[in-house]
Amino acid sequence: MNLAKKSPAARAGWATIAVIATLAWAFPVYWMVNSSFLPGSTLEQLTPTFLPFGGSLSNFEAALSDGTFLRALGMSAAITFLTLIVCIAFAFLAALAISRFRFRGRKQFVLAVLVIQMIPAEALFIAQYKMIAGFGLLNTVVGVSLIYTATVIPFTIWMLRGFVAGIPAELEEAAMVDGLSRNQAFMRITFPLLAPGLVASGVYAFLQAWNEFAVALILLPDGSKATLPLWLRGFLQDSAVNTTNWGEVMAASTLVAVPVIVFFMFVQGRMTQGLVGGAVKG
Amino acid sequence: MSAPAVAPPAQAQPPRLEDPPAPRARRRRTKLPYWLIIPAIVVVVVGTGYPLIWQFVTSFREYGLAQQFGQPAPFVGLQNYSEMLTDTGFWAIVLKSVVFCLVTAGVSMVLGIALALVMKNVGKALRLTLQIAMLLAWAMPIVAYMTVWTWLFDDRNGVINYLLSLIPGVDMIGHDWLINPWSFFAVASIIIIWYSVPFIAFSAYAGFTQVSDEVVEAAQLDGATGFQMTRRIILPIVKPVLSIVFLLQLIWDLRVFAQIQLLQDAGSFGSQYDLLGTYIYKLGTGSQDFGLAATASIVVMVLTLGLSWVYVRQLMKEDEQS
Repeated sequence: MNLAKKSPAARAGWATIAVIATLAWAFPVYWMVNSSFLPGSTLEQLTPTFLPFGGSLSNFEAALSDGTFLRALGMSAAITFLTLIVCIAFAFLAALAISRFRFRGRKQFVLAVLVIQMIPAEALFIAQYKMIAGFGLLNTVVGVSLIYTATVIPFTIWMLRGFVAGIPAELEEAAMVDGLSRNQAFMRITFPLLAPGLVASGVYAFLQAWNEFAVALILLPDGSKATLPLWLRGFLQDSAVNTTNWGEVMAASTLVAVPVIVFFMFVQGRMTQGLVGGAVKG
Repeated sequence: MSAPAVAPPAQAQPPRLEDPPAPRARRRRTKLPYWLIIPAIVVVVVGTGYPLIWQFVTSFREYGLAQQFGQPAPFVGLQNYSEMLTDTGFWAIVLKSVVFCLVTAGVSMVLGIALALVMKNVGKALRLTLQIAMLLAWAMPIVAYMTVWTWLFDDRNGVINYLLSLIPGVDMIGHDWLINPWSFFAVASIIIIWYSVPFIAFSAYAGFTQVSDEVVEAAQLDGATGFQMTRRIILPIVKPVLSIVFLLQLIWDLRVFAQIQLLQDAGSFGSQYDLLGTYIYKLGTGSQDFGLAATASIVVMVLTLGLSWVYVRQLMKEDEQS
């Protein structure tokens, strides 16, 4: 639009900044992947190797053949799966209630949903530790998933609310006029239209549970029950006391990051909209 | 880029003025909505509500090591609070956290808005590459990007020391960034800024695209210069987005825990490297004083909820409109 009106110098200036910014933001991610292909002996050189020539997959093999990685992967997968299923099911029901019904207490419920997600997790984790220990659920999938679900569900409800509200109830009503029961109308008309919303919120719950660090740190003190973030942290702790095999750490980080990056691309826009709400009109 | 492939534009639905105020409401009285919200309420009450109440009650109790081995925890009134609020160490941590939060959130905002302007002023190809780079950064799991940044700042083999040493007369090889508390927090801040800027830039860019070409052209016909245009026309339009984003940044940066904890794991630990999050964590796990830890938590919570209130009110308004 106003691109044409700019002087060549101004255009070159903007382009230069864009290139520098691109490099600055992509470089750490590139560096993770690059280092993951290089052998430890190369990474220990004083001069960094900027391209993965002569690289191999041996760091990945080392990370994957390490039993502790697979164990952590299992823990992370189990916790994430349980959180995701419970969270989506319960949040969906609640979102339906607040966007399809006007009932007494609705406003208070919406307010609670919004306030609760503002409570800093860090301010709760001592109490959560005490409670989960009291239930005998320390070092278990169920214990961590319970806290994750409680933490993630408010925003999931808020996100799904937007989706349900976007499907006009008139569609259902029309189907009911045509002779479907209310349940049939819902299952055949509204539910299929909601699928993208359920996928987006599911990915959101996935990302939260998969990446979470602080709660897992408190509730999974037993090293053999570590999730992937805790397992990765072990390498950082090692690096403080002895020389680290950074190639293997970067391979491990890459393995943890790749599924997240793929899923994240799906929900980014939706998450932004949920966070900043009507301030951005799509 | 702000519209994902999967989502219908749910919130973009225009209000239909001719309809009654609550067009979608089921008219007949039904208990169904209550049954629908009960499962979510139960989970939140158990996972968040109960700990919250426990935390609140414990902040009025003496709850140290002896109590954890079964001694009764006596109520001591406001003793924990007075102990905490008269402790200069605690105030030092609060002050450090607030300054850290303001600097980090402030710099993130400036860079984020600047990069949104860059996206607006470059051609499509450059914009797309920049957006992809930012999405990659934004998508990184926290522990993964912390390991990468620790590796970038590594004293001996880190790229950052290598690049700085290329400057004539500078030799940074072997310099450990995590020992001096100032440089420790500077590193933490840089990492958090790197991670926060994409969200800000995308939100601000989405705001900029709302400014219609007609408005811009009209202002140009009236002789507005580039600077006047930005200040008088564009900024007022994107202000609502930017203020919400800034508020979220403040809330997030005040309660930063994982990044500080992980940097401490990688390098230095000790109270001079603490912010509020790690301070509470150490009070609870290290010195095992749950009473004081609960008190500090309540103080942090009051601080964040105070900040959040503005944000929550904004979203409530939006809910009423839908």
